[in-house]
Amino acid sequence: MTTTDTRLESGTSDLYLSMYRDMVRSRVLSDRMFALNRQGRAAFAVTGQGHEAAQVGSAYALTAGADWVLPYYRDVGVLVALGMKPYDILLGLFAKAGDPTSGGRQMPCHWSWPEMRVVTRSSVIAANLPHAAGIAYASKLLGRGEVTIVYFGEGATSEGDFHEAVNFAAIHQLPVVFFCENNGYAISESQEKQMAILHVADRARGYGIEGQTVDGNDALTVLQTTRWVIEECRRGLGPKLIEAKTYRYAPHTSSDDDRRYRTRAELEEWTRKDPIDRLRNRLLADGVLTPDADGAIRAAAQREIDEAVEAAERAPDPPDDDAFRYVFAEDA
Amino acid sequence: MALKTYIEAIRDALIEEMDRAPNMLVLGEDIQEGGVFRATDGMLERFGPQRVLDTPLAESSIVGVSIGMATNGCLPVAELQFADFAYPAFNQLISEAARWRYRSYNGWGCPMVVRIPYGAGIRGAMYHSQSIEAMLAHVPGLKVVMPSTPYDAKGMLKAAIRDPDPVIYLEHKRAYRMLKEELPDGDYTVPIGPARLRREGDDITVISYGLMAHECLQAAEELAAEGIDATVLDLRTLAPLDRDAIVAAARRTGKALIVHEDNLTGGFGGEIAAIIAEHAFDDLDAPVRRLATPDVPAMPFNGALEDFLLPSREKIADAMRDLAAY
Repeated sequence: MTTTDTRLESGTSDLYLSMYRDMVRSRVLSDRMFALNRQGRAAFAVTGQGHEAAQVGSAYALTAGADWVLPYYRDVGVLVALGMKPYDILLGLFAKAGDPTSGGRQMPCHWSWPEMRVVTRSSVIAANLPHAAGIAYASKLLGRGEVTIVYFGEGATSEGDFHEAVNFAAIHQLPVVFFCENNGYAISESQEKQMAILHVADRARGYGIEGQTVDGNDALTVLQTTRWVIEECRRGLGPKLIEAKTYRYAPHTSSDDDRRYRTRAELEEWTRKDPIDRLRNRLLADGVLTPDADGAIRAAAQREIDEAVEAAERAPDPPDDDAFRYVFAEDA
Repeated sequence: MALKTYIEAIRDALIEEMDRAPNMLVLGEDIQEGGVFRATDGMLERFGPQRVLDTPLAESSIVGVSIGMATNGCLPVAELQFADFAYPAFNQLISEAARWRYRSYNGWGCPMVVRIPYGAGIRGAMYHSQSIEAMLAHVPGLKVVMPSTPYDAKGMLKAAIRDPDPVIYLEHKRAYRMLKEELPDGDYTVPIGPARLRREGDDITVISYGLMAHECLQAAEELAAEGIDATVLDLRTLAPLDRDAIVAAARRTGKALIVHEDNLTGGFGGEIAAIIAEHAFDDLDAPVRRLATPDVPAMPFNGALEDFLLPSREKIADAMRDLAAY
């Protein structure tokens, strides 16, 4: 496992502050989406509390709008970092007509955002990994310099599609980053029930590619590692696998009760390693952030989400006839 | 004009479309050496290994990477070697490709063709003989075509490649070298959707698709000599289905026989029969009949058993006589 203890690079304080702000916004938004479900205002929520360093840190390594992104349902932070407005994410939570991911058809956080090359996904775990390999094959065939990143949990690495996708990408040395957010649980199944190895990254060797395990709660390490991996992919040295070790603070979804399978002591232990606290302390120590500025960031995030919730909840539902649209292309 | 077999028609369509579209590629198992049925014979030399792509033996990702390629500006035509081996790819076809456009509210499209050889009668036994169309035609978001002639095979494959949505192209293995036809030189397409009346007659109506449509037409010619004049409707496309053509053909004679090689229960014939019952009931003079493979996990490798189970020209002719006499 690699960690970064270097000083913050000079001239990058704005970047780190921006990352920090997006991590805070992602957390506030995730907490709110869960609360809205508990209040009976949203039918379902799936969120990424605890994964913010892995998500925001890696997304900041991308060239937004050029690189292809295939997030999974926990990746609120990836989308926030790419610039999706909380209002738009909340339209998805409430399944409203203007939901940019699916027009209110998919469960929340089943992302799609063509303008940012965020590709639609289903609820079927790992099914989008072959898509990432295919997208990267097309990039190579058509001679384009873009890189593809696909996100998944460690549970996805048990699926056949994980194997088939990584193998295909490795055979053709495709510019694709397989980014595993390993939070130690596939719903209730702890990692030792899923695999007989300690590190998902070890799987990479079996395909003849490089895998790297990083501290997924350290945003700066994730950023640095992902940047390097993406550069390698751009130079034709892909694919690569990154395993970011982290922990989710919320249940799997709003329909799950994690108290049935996780001890509170374990949760407490990881809460002390909160990725947002960690980056904040680092930025405070380095004088990039002041307590006042931090308070302002948090207050602004709360305000932004408050306003977005109010507006999104009032947005219109899709009309009934809308259910028939886009089974096939309509101009065909 | 040139005399072409069914498989030559497929190959010509692939080559002509590859010439037209530099972003098109074909992929699958053993594709570079021509494929097990030689549909892609000679294409490696012409287009190179990047566009004539040998994949690992992994059907889910053959379809899965095709979806990704289609998403990023390519036109993939995947080959699944046998319909019997398509099931590992069903999640990618059903949960991914079919719902790609719908679930993204038209944000993404999936212009992909999956060619799948199907069907029995070649002593292929249980795992080289299956018909899988009913399962796929059940899924909204997939187009399913089953051409019965070399002319349609070429024209519908070209239409499928130019279609903005995923098309399942089912080609009968026994048709590959058995069916020959004079084809026009140069480019033409046959639209996905419309059925085609292969024969018009006033005594009975036979509705079929794929290679069985050919067998039905042969049986109808045989019966014409006996004074039974049949209408033969070749559906050509199962999804989207030409319901109007089914209703019109059934109404014309009031007696409808549906023939398919897939087994009976839950087969596509049930859907056709339901459409006739719903929309042509008042014009019927006989119960709708279905001729299909019986409900056993066919096909046996034993030739006599395979012949016993499979619908054939003789069995179709018998069923037609029976219906005409009703």
